[in-house]
Amino acid sequence: MTETRAISFWLKFIGAIVSVWLIAPVLVVIPISFTGRDSFEFPPSTWSLNYYEKFFTDPSWRDAFVTSLTLGCAVAVVSVIIGTMAAFALVRGNFPGKSVINGLVLAPMIMPGIVVAVAVFGVFLTWRLTGSFSGFLLAHTMLAVPFVVITVSTSLRAYDSILDLAGASLGANWWTRTFRITLPLITPAMLTGALFAFVTSFDEVVIALYLQSPIYRTLPVKMYASVTGEVDPTIAAASTVILAFTTAVILGTTFMRRKKNVGS
Amino acid sequence: MSEANQGASVSLRNLTKVFPGVATPAVDRASLDIAPGEFMTLLGPSGSGKTTTLNMIAGFTKATSGEILVNEKNVVALPAHKRNMGMVFQQYALFPHMTATENISFPLEQRKISKTDIKQKVKDALALVHLEDYGHRYPKQMSGGQQQRVAVARALVFSPQVLLMDEPLGALDKRLRERLQVELARIHRNLGLTFIFVTHDQEEALSLSNRIAVFNEGKIEQVGSSTELYERPKTLFVAGFLGDSTVLPGQVSSGMVNVKGQTFATSNTSTFAERDQVGVVIRPERISIHEQAPVDSNSVSALVTDIVYLGSSRKLVCEVFDGIPAIVSETAAELTNVRPGDTVFLSWKGEDSVAVPATEFDILKAVGVDSEFK
Repeated sequence: MTETRAISFWLKFIGAIVSVWLIAPVLVVIPISFTGRDSFEFPPSTWSLNYYEKFFTDPSWRDAFVTSLTLGCAVAVVSVIIGTMAAFALVRGNFPGKSVINGLVLAPMIMPGIVVAVAVFGVFLTWRLTGSFSGFLLAHTMLAVPFVVITVSTSLRAYDSILDLAGASLGANWWTRTFRITLPLITPAMLTGALFAFVTSFDEVVIALYLQSPIYRTLPVKMYASVTGEVDPTIAAASTVILAFTTAVILGTTFMRRKKNVGS
Repeated sequence: MSEANQGASVSLRNLTKVFPGVATPAVDRASLDIAPGEFMTLLGPSGSGKTTTLNMIAGFTKATSGEILVNEKNVVALPAHKRNMGMVFQQYALFPHMTATENISFPLEQRKISKTDIKQKVKDALALVHLEDYGHRYPKQMSGGQQQRVAVARALVFSPQVLLMDEPLGALDKRLRERLQVELARIHRNLGLTFIFVTHDQEEALSLSNRIAVFNEGKIEQVGSSTELYERPKTLFVAGFLGDSTVLPGQVSSGMVNVKGQTFATSNTSTFAERDQVGVVIRPERISIHEQAPVDSNSVSALVTDIVYLGSSRKLVCEVFDGIPAIVSETAAELTNVRPGDTVFLSWKGEDSVAVPATEFDILKAVGVDSEFK
């Protein structure tokens, strides 16, 4: 008993040190974002909210932020639809070339980002898709679909297909069985997939650098431009906003899942 | 739900299922007539085709050939969701994201029944299985027995004419299983619908069913009431699968069965031809034990090898004809002083035994004697 308690203490202790080690550098941006000077001084000698004001009012920052948000949401929705259908086909289906298609679907995860970016850029130039919402949506969805396929197909494999037989015996056709039994039960996996998809798009910078145009650029591209071209602590404010946003999303989903587990 | 609904007749005509890539059919030309309101059990060891047969009746598995008639109408082409049969699974198969009430409402919603009717029917169904206060619970919050009762309520709430059950009590412990057996029997009596029940548990089959169809290797071996199957088995398999029995290998000779030079009368020797190879099947409680050789025929000397106490009775394991096991059951009222190692005489009435077609080789294999019987 005491031994396990001791192990659990050391486990927590080492876990805490590793967490601090990993997270602390990220947290440095938070104080910097509240600086009163126009430098990356750490710790700041004076404090202000100037750079938050700039982030939310300067059209180039605000537009990039809104672009990234809308794009991320669109990517999440589209890749959940496509990825869920693909997962159904790959888990339930039985057709020639299944393993090849499985490999193709997951390929974007292991392809080097820069190679994909150059290829996409080349093709999208001829298709006139660069610098447009649809071009970004297409490219980011391709990157995000594998995450949805993996989470949803894991959940579908664990799904007991006897529930479908039960549904059929109770008079439900395929359509009703899918929408009232299967989909509600794999919804957590779909939401997790959607979150991954959103983050994949929100975080993506390599392809976005190639596809950007002066009027259509995502937040990471704007940040990259800012950090290479000028010394502007607004980037710290942007980072802090992103940090707060992703933390809220992750805590929110964890909390929702825990509440659901208690409920049922 | 409250009024008794009329059960449907179900008939199988040469029903066959061949799974792709498997040489022997899972179900081989099964034919069976189930009367409206009958409690029919499909009994057999695992892999005997009983569950495949049930799945074909439910519409989960497509029949390779043959017909399934429900009230004289062929339903083979109907998908499962249009067959209107209730189904209870071994693993309950309740929808985990729905409460008991929502689970039971589900089939009614598919049938576009009004909300107030659904409410009333769900209430009646919960009352039928004695779970009035459990409607708001999720499956996870109920015990196995309660979940299975919800599953039964869900399968009955839309008043199907046939209820199919695939080893519904298989996942429950013995006491609970016995209680639910009583409840199923009561529900069958009260509702009067046709029950088709799959089990590998012969005791469950004997106690619940009106009739039993015994499956073996994809074929129906025999159909009959519990008593018929137990007292008058038609095949060696049925004799061995249902309860204990002693089987003596012999040959029909002038109206008697000759077992190693000794002749025995059976209830049905006359149905066999001269020189047919048969097994004489005797049930343990039909055999009486004597210390002296009895004068009447149908007796054989036996070496007592083992005695097993079973509380209300005891079981004597003997050896007859140098190696054939014989099983005798004695009730507490008629206990003898026999001990292991004693030589006794076993006798029985000819009309209490039955001959089944079987070669000596098959019998020895069935009773577990490896070396050849001399």
